[in-house]
Amino acid sequence: MEKQNLFKKFIYSQKTAPYVFLLPFAISFLVFFAYSIFDTFVMSFQRVAGGNTEFIGLKNYQVLFNPIFFKALKNSIFYMIVTCCIMIPFPMLLATALNSKSMRCKNMYRSLLFIPALTSVVVAGVVFRLMFGELPNSFMNQLIARFGAEPIIWLRRVPTVWLVLFLLCIWRWTGVNMMYFLSGLQQIPEDLYESASIDGASAIQKFFHITVPLLKPTSVYVLTISIYGGMAMFTESYILFNGNSSPNNIGLTIVGYLYKMGFEQNNIGLGSAIGVVLLCIVLIINVIQLKFNGGIFAKRKEK
Amino acid sequence: MAEVSRKVLPTVLLMLLFTVIVVIFLIPLALLFVSSLRPGSDLMRYGLNFSIDWANANLHNYRLLFSGQNAYFNWYVNSLIVTAIQVVLALFLSSCVGYSFAMYDYKGKGIAFTCVLLVMMVPTEVIILPLYRMITKMGFVDNFLGIILPYIVIPMLIFFFRQYLVGIPRDFLDAARVDGYSEYGIFLKIMIPLMKPSFAAMGIYEGMQSWNNFLWPMIVMRSNNKMTLPVGLQSLMSPYGNNYDILIAGACFAIIPILILFACFQKYFVEGMTAGGVKG
Repeated sequence: MEKQNLFKKFIYSQKTAPYVFLLPFAISFLVFFAYSIFDTFVMSFQRVAGGNTEFIGLKNYQVLFNPIFFKALKNSIFYMIVTCCIMIPFPMLLATALNSKSMRCKNMYRSLLFIPALTSVVVAGVVFRLMFGELPNSFMNQLIARFGAEPIIWLRRVPTVWLVLFLLCIWRWTGVNMMYFLSGLQQIPEDLYESASIDGASAIQKFFHITVPLLKPTSVYVLTISIYGGMAMFTESYILFNGNSSPNNIGLTIVGYLYKMGFEQNNIGLGSAIGVVLLCIVLIINVIQLKFNGGIFAKRKEK
Repeated sequence: MAEVSRKVLPTVLLMLLFTVIVVIFLIPLALLFVSSLRPGSDLMRYGLNFSIDWANANLHNYRLLFSGQNAYFNWYVNSLIVTAIQVVLALFLSSCVGYSFAMYDYKGKGIAFTCVLLVMMVPTEVIILPLYRMITKMGFVDNFLGIILPYIVIPMLIFFFRQYLVGIPRDFLDAARVDGYSEYGIFLKIMIPLMKPSFAAMGIYEGMQSWNNFLWPMIVMRSNNKMTLPVGLQSLMSPYGNNYDILIAGACFAIIPILILFACFQKYFVEGMTAGGVKG
């Protein structure tokens, strides 16, 4: 009885309570995240076959550095860089235009542009796969036929594959990123623009000297999530090519390669080595990016 | 007259620009919808396009979805169950954690918060292999628990709830303590009602994530009738392609409920899906 009361008192004390609240994260972090990261490291030095594991040193990494891996890596990095380059300026311009005083029915346009973000990658991928189908009557082939072009086998050639992937990304994310910039724009004081107008600044000057610099925190955030999304891209390519194999691996991403090795070919050691490399890349990019941009998370912590 | 046109012209141009963009952006969805009214064999033969014989357009494909001849209805229910459980668990547990970060000072808080940020930065795809091994050892392959367990606490939600709660003065807690509330009573009876708007936004964020999640459910679920909706839809894309009726109508029907919800709770959708955005 005495013991129970003490226990109750302990659990209910103001000192213990925060730890109880923290507990769900602590458990899930240790079990699912920390242990998994550790396990990935360990397995990347092993040959794993069923229950038997065997330490093989750096062999997985030696096997890993092959042309297909570098192709997958190159594809992921290229996708990430181009999507970052498109998905910041384009939605920022749209948000600025939408936010302008002359604009009417802002909310309607905003909502309509947001709709693609509601579709799942699978649904979006299915539609794009069929829109860019190779049949002469597929939507895009019909469209280019209007301009006198011959039908194209979109998903077999490098430039058009990238085009489809980027269009898919633009389609799904423009509305969301625009919304980020719109909420960033609300933070910019109106009188800045007014005094600039009095000084005779043009709309373009105002955009580059007021809007762009003051939207920097938003841009950094969008950049962070775009890097994350770009490096982790898998489903888009998996759906477009209806599986993990694309002709000449034009659509293979690093996550796709991890999936191929770890799950399709059951080479868990090699798959883990890919995981380790991806982890290092993501962390390095993030550290550089956050250092360079002053650290968005650090800034938020001050609040 | 010139004065008026100088004022009206930018408006007209801007609206024209946005109308064009919106129309282009809605083409894929319009294509999907129009095609869902045609027989799937049409699609196989002619490809996805707008040429439709309206006289023969019908809802046959939709009737097929729920006819019981295929697993679509199962997938739909599975997705609903997984999403519902995941949203409730993630909201409750993540709000607890966010609350501890916002309202208390304690030893190890800094480290714990750094861990939250770390998890936010690392794509889950990095750890799917060990995660899958773990779920296998636990015996949760082909089980809803396998999909749900790794996602019961979401760093993004923790971060958001913390931001939301930091604005509430801590004196508020002391007042409640004087009134005789226990630490947990304060959270359950005072804070949770206060957090309602953030629950709505975050519920939609997490709901969308869960409803649309693909890679992890594809890995965990093995049998056809246990798949979630995105995984099931993907499985219809067989090279022999006699499933296009269900694929297209099914894809359409997966969006419609979300569209309706979006129309009703737009504010929360926008808030939820852009939650990470910088607010001041």
